[in-house]
Amino acid sequence: MFDAEPFPEEEESEARLKILVPIKRVADPENANKVKVSADGTQVTSEGLEWAINPFDEWSLEAALRLTENRAEKKRTGEIIIVGIGPNDDGMMRTLRSALAKGAERGILVEADDASLDSSVVAKILAKIAEKESPDVVFLGKQTADGDSNVAGTITAEHLGWPLVNYATQITVADGGFTIKRELDTGVQTVSVKTPCVLTSSDRILHPSSVKNGITPDDFAYPESDHARTAPLRDIMKAKSKPFETITLDSLGIEAETTVEYTQFELPPARSGETTYVESVDELVQKLHGDAKVI
Amino acid sequence: MDVLVIAELLEGVARKTTHSAITFAKTVAEATGGAYDILSIGEGSAAAADELAKFGARKVITAEVDGGYLAESYAPTVAANAEGYAVLVATASAFGKDLLPRVAAKIGAGVAPDITGVNTDDGLSYHRPMYAGNVMGTMKVKTDVQVVTVRQSAFEPAAESGAASPVEAGATADRDNAGQIEAVGIEVVKSERPDLAAADVVVSGGRALKSSDNFKSVLEPLVDALGAAMGASRAACDAGYVSNDLQVGQTGKVVAPKLYIAVGISGAIQHLAGMKGSKTIVAINKDREAPIAQVADYFLVADLFDAVPEMTSAVDKLAKS
Ligand SMILES: Cc1cc2nc3c(=O)[nH]c(=O)nc-3n(C[C@H](O)[C@H](O)[C@H](O)COP(=O)(O)OP(=O)(O)OC[C@H]3O[C@@H](n4cnc5c(N)ncnc54)[C@H](O)[C@@H]3O)c2cc1C
Repeated sequence: MFDAEPFPEEEESEARLKILVPIKRVADPENANKVKVSADGTQVTSEGLEWAINPFDEWSLEAALRLTENRAEKKRTGEIIIVGIGPNDDGMMRTLRSALAKGAERGILVEADDASLDSSVVAKILAKIAEKESPDVVFLGKQTADGDSNVAGTITAEHLGWPLVNYATQITVADGGFTIKRELDTGVQTVSVKTPCVLTSSDRILHPSSVKNGITPDDFAYPESDHARTAPLRDIMKAKSKPFETITLDSLGIEAETTVEYTQFELPPARSGETTYVESVDELVQKLHGDAKVI
Repeated sequence: MDVLVIAELLEGVARKTTHSAITFAKTVAEATGGAYDILSIGEGSAAAADELAKFGARKVITAEVDGGYLAESYAPTVAANAEGYAVLVATASAFGKDLLPRVAAKIGAGVAPDITGVNTDDGLSYHRPMYAGNVMGTMKVKTDVQVVTVRQSAFEPAAESGAASPVEAGATADRDNAGQIEAVGIEVVKSERPDLAAADVVVSGGRALKSSDNFKSVLEPLVDALGAAMGASRAACDAGYVSNDLQVGQTGKVVAPKLYIAVGISGAIQHLAGMKGSKTIVAINKDREAPIAQVADYFLVADLFDAVPEMTSAVDKLAKS
């Protein structure tokens, strides 16, 4: 584990990047195979599982932190606003507080019932908040580890009329925006984008050389290496005193009308058959050729 | 219901991914008494349209959009051609996932993302994996127009129909965000091997391979002996042993080949999400307790540096016999 001290804020800086980072809390994704479905199939239940930050949001938060700090001098040079959307419960508050403890400046919770949300409602909310806060960047996770939809960021950009770069794997601050490499199935695409914009990240964004903000020296070796930083417990306690606002959908003037509806959930059928432990390569090849007939 | 397929073009050729979206379109059109058309959009749309015309669509529509792929330049043109369709569909490749939600937001439609099945009995409902494949959801889209992306491995590629669809030029629209975002270039990864997402056999390597040299000297001979596609775990991609587009899993490609061989891969939940639909799964791993055992049909407990070269020669021998 790597401890991230919250850095003091830098007094004067020319272009302070302001980044909105939406955060969802999800049932512990490392134990996603333990989620269950209610008897009537109308709900996914995650009893017994801890809430955790959506790992894809965690990547984007880490990139946003690296964009808004002088890591070598341990100074914050920009502003991050965390946005949570969902019920005002323990799991949510713990998730948001640990994001604040990592260095984000302030937080907003939009209270809403999980069942009343889908990607399109979430995107509407985020666009509304972005209009109010005028950040340079809205930096989302590309997907959530529960819904796996991969939709909200893109719709947010369309609502705002801002350009969008999905799946960023390298970000370099450039004049008035960023030069970004992003992962497509066919290779790595380079795009140049001006702020304000919407971004999502891909796995490789955590690589120590992936984010270059022109402030932290380019060759700075991030101690987390390929991980996002974690906040020590005491800073999570201290984060309680950071500015935090709780608002309602009504106050944003948003009607939560979903565009999709889930009618049924079920657990996928288990893979049939046992695992056959083979003794040798020859036996394996024989079985694949003779029994399974796949080679 | 009429369906519009958004084809994915790369350098003027329709990628194979498109064939899965065509299968979906055909299924829905046939079940609902509608028709399906294909939109050939991008650079070289006319040449690609001639190929796409072989798949039995009512018509193929061309829309030339240049300047490299960006959702900002494609989405307005897709929307301009969307009128009259009940369903817009693309395959859930990076292209489909990037573009279709943008189109959906533009026309006020809901999205069914990365679906693995469709039911046409009572309107359309969709099946889709959630929680890294640990829950299957059934969902409906409530808006008049429905936007869908289909998981390539779950929809068989469409076969050519034998007839040629008429090709016509479609509408084009001005791009969004001009001056705010530009595609500078793309380093296209080319491989002589079968396409990972569509291959019958996939051999994937993990962190245990330890270097890109070992991928080349140890794993690739087995990949080629089997005529397979090569895949990798995220750990192997992150470490730079192979290029990122080979990643299999929740955030990489989802594959469902007849045979999947996981070499030195532990079987993390996010990796399983990308391969547990494979027909036969083989694990080669030093650790008999590795979680990959949960899904493996055959498990060889061995050091990969001994087992893989041995297997390569055994497969070669089999091919000659
Ligand atoms: C949000 C999120 C998304 C992710 N998405 C993906 C994804 O899409 N795809 C993915 O793969 N991962 C993904 N991961 C990462 C995943 O959790 C694992 O870290 C990763 O899959 C591990 O890769 P590995 O199996 O190669 O390495 P390890 O877990 O380190 O496993 C190496 C295995 O090799 C075996 N081994 C070692 N030496 C030898 C030898 N000489 N011979 C034989 N066997 C040997 C070991 O016993 C071990 O089982 C994701 C993680 C997160 C948090």
